[in-house]
Amino acid sequence: MTISNNIPCRQAFTETLIAEAKNDKNIIVVTTDARGSVTLGEFAGRLPEQFVELGIAEQNGIGVSAGLALSGKNVFVCGPACFYSARSLEQVKTDVAYSGAPVKIIGVSGGVSYGILGATHQSLHDIAVMRALPGLTVILPSDMHQTRLMTKELLRYRHPVYVRMGRGAVPQVYNETNASFTIGRANILLDGEDLTIIGCGETVYHCLEAGKKLKEKGISARIIDMHTLKPLDLEVIKKAAEETPVIITVEEHSINGGLGAAVALEVVQYKPVPMKILGFPDEFLVHGKSAELFEHYGLTSTNIIKEAYNLLHNKGS
Amino acid sequence: MNDIQNSDILSLKITAEKIRKKILEVIFNAKSGHTGGSLSAVDILTVLYFKVLNIDPGNPGMPGRDRFIMSKGHSVEACYCVLAERGFFPKEWLATYGKFKSPLAGHPVNSVPGIEVNTGALGHGLSIGTGMAIAAKMNNSPYRIYVLMGDGEQNEGSVYEAAMAASHYKLDNLIAITDRNRLQISGNTENVMKLEHLTERWQAFGWNVIETDGNCVEKLLDLFLNRIPGNGYPTMIIAGTVKGKGVSFIENKAEWHHKVPTEKELTLAINEMDNRIFQLTSGTK
Repeated sequence: MTISNNIPCRQAFTETLIAEAKNDKNIIVVTTDARGSVTLGEFAGRLPEQFVELGIAEQNGIGVSAGLALSGKNVFVCGPACFYSARSLEQVKTDVAYSGAPVKIIGVSGGVSYGILGATHQSLHDIAVMRALPGLTVILPSDMHQTRLMTKELLRYRHPVYVRMGRGAVPQVYNETNASFTIGRANILLDGEDLTIIGCGETVYHCLEAGKKLKEKGISARIIDMHTLKPLDLEVIKKAAEETPVIITVEEHSINGGLGAAVALEVVQYKPVPMKILGFPDEFLVHGKSAELFEHYGLTSTNIIKEAYNLLHNKGS
Repeated sequence: MNDIQNSDILSLKITAEKIRKKILEVIFNAKSGHTGGSLSAVDILTVLYFKVLNIDPGNPGMPGRDRFIMSKGHSVEACYCVLAERGFFPKEWLATYGKFKSPLAGHPVNSVPGIEVNTGALGHGLSIGTGMAIAAKMNNSPYRIYVLMGDGEQNEGSVYEAAMAASHYKLDNLIAITDRNRLQISGNTENVMKLEHLTERWQAFGWNVIETDGNCVEKLLDLFLNRIPGNGYPTMIIAGTVKGKGVSFIENKAEWHHKVPTEKELTLAINEMDNRIFQLTSGTK
């Protein structure tokens, strides 16, 4: 596990953004009393003319961002994923997606990042609701290297976007040289023929760990980082369904309407293969820290391997 | 001080009556529409689009244009009829309203020339206008942003989030107008959810508040041209209007919020407006 010199994705995002914004006055950050959560303190201090604080008012935060974007500004509105994907969902739908305002909505501390704070601060529905809005691109980067590349790409991208990032530093999936990110194009981290394992965001690391351990046991798993949840990389999914007999998806999200459901939608219509969808069940979760919840609900490499064996065994029987 | 000519006033009044006729025809033709709120807002929209807003129908995206947001999006028929009359799109489009694949949706959409942003869910327009006003300030651009809101719309909590932000950022380039017709779909605004004292409410949020007669072309024109304070505060115009203004049997009746006229009612209504146009043009008002 490479965790030294690691920074949270949200910090990789803000560092990259500041570097660009210093030379581009058109880049505007909007926040809703979340400068600390997003690590925007430095941006607010160094670039106050490009920083719009709106207080604890997410509906207004998204609406104002739409107004700025429709006036030509390159807008990043940043705050907790749990609030932007619920409290201000109607503004995301109408002011941003429906109106075509190219706002980049950056939801931080997503999924179960806030740990013991409970369901009010979890966003386990955001992929489902955001994917259902036409015209919205949905991205979950998997580590700090990818987040840097994503941020650079988003600076040039003039369409509505929802990004979800976690709160803490996560193990690195990539390094300085092998990181890659293109919107809508999934990354294949390991190739394999026995099964495919697809993750997004913070689960990608666990999928990759599972893939490495399976390889040691002679099972070749194809590991896919599906960082863009919309538009989904359908070609990569079709190839997986054609070339590997089973597919596992792993997501920090409700099993209702997330990564697994999106992949299954394509698989069942193109070439049905057995799937296992790992995510959080349709219930409010027990209380615990992020890592404890991953462990309890089976989003770790150990459980992914167990599910891989189950799926391969059932397939063969 | 902008000098206002009597001929301008007469021309605006005639235009407003023509637009009222068109609104009723459009709603009758589509068998759908928000009759009462469209009629109450006609004078405000006519004054803005024909004498106040710096806009170019031939170039709807002109960078330095004034922005208008129809936050009370359900009164879209008034908006479309004014835009068509002003030349933003062919008047023939109005006949397609309510028909399959019409370019004109039942709430404003910015695929229509002249519409800045999609509205229809209430309580959104003031936030968008606030963002546009912040952008104009950042760019040192002198254009103004106008947001037309319903009074019932001000039940929505998000309105007050925007109200706070607009005064916090000293947006004196932002002008909101309340179409204060005192009726919402379920009845009198004060019975559904009390709004008064509305003037004091907006003052408490740090806004200039100006009350006027929202169906009086002279007063509206003078207000927009001469009496918006550039004093570091956003301005709310509380425009007292009559819901259904201009048709005797529609005025002040909550059931006409989205009632469609029958053919007989349409004829009666158009007669009333034709009579007024005749009086205005023959100078015998």
